[in-house]
Amino acid sequence: MLRIMATTRITAIASSFALVFSLLFPVGGSADSKIRIMTATTDLASLAQEVGGEKVDVESIARGYQDPHFVDPKPSFLLKLSKAELLIAVGLELEIGWLPPLITQSSNPRIQVAAPGYLDASRFAKILDIPTGQVTRAEGDVHPLGNPHYWLDPDNGLRIAKGIQNKLSEMRPNDAAYFVQRYDAFEQRLKQSDQQWQAQMKPYVGRKVVTYHRSWPNFAEHFGLNVVGYVEPRPGIPPSPQHTVELIGQMKREGVKVIIVEPYFDLKTPNSIARETGGVVVVLMPSVGGEKEITDYFKLFDYDIAKLKKAFDQTH
Amino acid sequence: MKRLAVLSLLLLFSTITYAQDAPLVPAKRDVSVANTEEARMKALEEQVRSLTGEVALLRVELKELRETKSPEQPSGPQVLLASSSVEPGVVPSSLAPAVPQAPQTQTFGGASGNAKLLNPDISLIGDFIGTAGHNDVAPGRSLEMHESELGVQAIIDPYARADAFLSFGETGVNVEEAYVTFTSLPAGLLLKVGKMRADFGKVNTIHNHALPFIDRPLVTNNLVGGEDGIDDAGLSLSHFLPAPKNWFLEGTAQVFRGDSSDVFQASRREDLSVVGHLRAYRDLTESTNIDLGVSYARGHNNVGSNFLTNLYSGDATFRWKPLRRAIYNSFLFRTELFWSARDQFALAIPNLFQTQHAFGMYSSAEYRVNRRWTLGGRFDRSGHATNAHLTDTGFSGIVTYWPSEFSQIRGQYRFAHFATTPGDFSNANELLFQFLFVMGAHGAHPF
Repeated sequence: MLRIMATTRITAIASSFALVFSLLFPVGGSADSKIRIMTATTDLASLAQEVGGEKVDVESIARGYQDPHFVDPKPSFLLKLSKAELLIAVGLELEIGWLPPLITQSSNPRIQVAAPGYLDASRFAKILDIPTGQVTRAEGDVHPLGNPHYWLDPDNGLRIAKGIQNKLSEMRPNDAAYFVQRYDAFEQRLKQSDQQWQAQMKPYVGRKVVTYHRSWPNFAEHFGLNVVGYVEPRPGIPPSPQHTVELIGQMKREGVKVIIVEPYFDLKTPNSIARETGGVVVVLMPSVGGEKEITDYFKLFDYDIAKLKKAFDQTH
Repeated sequence: MKRLAVLSLLLLFSTITYAQDAPLVPAKRDVSVANTEEARMKALEEQVRSLTGEVALLRVELKELRETKSPEQPSGPQVLLASSSVEPGVVPSSLAPAVPQAPQTQTFGGASGNAKLLNPDISLIGDFIGTAGHNDVAPGRSLEMHESELGVQAIIDPYARADAFLSFGETGVNVEEAYVTFTSLPAGLLLKVGKMRADFGKVNTIHNHALPFIDRPLVTNNLVGGEDGIDDAGLSLSHFLPAPKNWFLEGTAQVFRGDSSDVFQASRREDLSVVGHLRAYRDLTESTNIDLGVSYARGHNNVGSNFLTNLYSGDATFRWKPLRRAIYNSFLFRTELFWSARDQFALAIPNLFQTQHAFGMYSSAEYRVNRRWTLGGRFDRSGHATNAHLTDTGFSGIVTYWPSEFSQIRGQYRFAHFATTPGDFSNANELLFQFLFVMGAHGAHPF
């Protein structure tokens, strides 16, 4: 009796392990194939595509119209991550709620934090809103390492692209010249476009605006906007009646007419603020792919600036 | 001691000078390669010049950085590091040229970045529960600090990370989970070693604070070990399995010591328990998905080494969350079915070997009405593991309010119909309320 039970137990253990082992499929990649890149957000995907050209396969985890703080770590991403050679993250704890479990569960040694296939794009960018002094959550869902929405500044776009270029060259030394050339072309095009964007925004430099979340400091700094208030009383805290009343008062006093909202926030409060203040709500896209027509990093600024221009013109 | 230091310094110095001289000697001696050597020297000179320029640039940058940082230095995180003999935050700056590994220095500025230096992510989740109403069978305390769960998580080395969750309850401290995960194994294997919640179904893997209810389903209490469930020391190995297009398939095999609450008990060292889990997942659209699983667990029970308990379970989850409104609206429906086959002595006839086959299940749904409110419900039904003829039934209604992502207030109405003895029953009507608060590191969102 005992011996039989012992045997069945061992068989059970052995067979359950055998089940797993028998189905192993080592994933290998040849040096000449495209570099498989996963990015946390669509903007990083677009920049990686610009630099990598036809030598890379890029896919983003988050969609452009999705709040990048709240992405579900779906197992379907695990399959893609398990095959990735490079993972580019926004960093600064933007993805803290969903990327770490995905990285761990991907069981892909190449993309673990600090492995050669893990790239934190914030390392290259100019970061704003780094809190000084004591950091507590009385300030809401603060990012202690600085504002993670830094890609909305074309200069940072360039810096990130440069970082990606170096990483890709490191991964495929044979194609280094190709990546350098792609980057140079991108830099030239982006600088040209930036001049146009700056020219379009020039009449509105110094204009005061209100934004829903603190997603726009880098954008505002680059294009000379003055963000004077937020619909959220604190980052990550939904609007409260008291704060909304205060904000309306402030906007009336300072003559602020434009309320910038990200596509993933409810428009009810911004709309009522706009009614009270005679202003307009403008939904700007913080990321590539927020609308179908925003297919790359260039079109993102094209779209946002056109909308913003229209909003400024409407209110004056 | 001092002399030794001087001696070793001298030795080091001489080695360096020798190393510097060495390449020059053959250059002087060998005339035939002089030309190429000269070219090389020129290239090197060029390189040195450009590097000098770079160093100068970096010096300036460093100076700027120091100036911006200096006011915080006396009271900053360096104080915390003072106890260690080598101050990681200070040493590099004394070797000025070595510091700027990344020339994009402006990013690192904040003192807060250094404050986390090598410390694990630490969080504490407080779970306070109050209960009112009538329950004769499983009465809870009126007010209790149900548990304070301390989470300590860190990356251990380039190959592994570790997670530990210590739960401080009213009766003592329990290591809820403490395991190391090896993330860099070959062939896509994921190995976990330590004490962990077994990968048996869904609800067994979820910590109390992440549950969509205040209590656990009746079936967990009756068949799967109660609040702690199957939670044991052992090893776990998982791997993605080949699957049809658009499906995600994962297999997990686990071996435990065999001690888990009242489900499994190891009387001898050989009384190990095993758990196997197969998970299938598919995105239906970008906002809906289904998650299916079958699990098996086998171990020895508290009657003795020769008495086994076999557990089978199937789970199904449907989720809906529109990406544009993910923080406002979502819906989840979940059902888990459990079958227990428990060896024991017959209830009426002593010393007669018998296997009790009990079935239990729960179904739950939750709907996020807006950013702050969620409504939920649960239906329970479960036989008793030791007497399958006794079946408990129950249902709950749940309301949850989130002041922010870091606190949660929940109310639950619970009705239960407990079968106490054959032909007799006891009904329970209760109101539960719960306050949850999260301190410290931002954990992963439950999925």
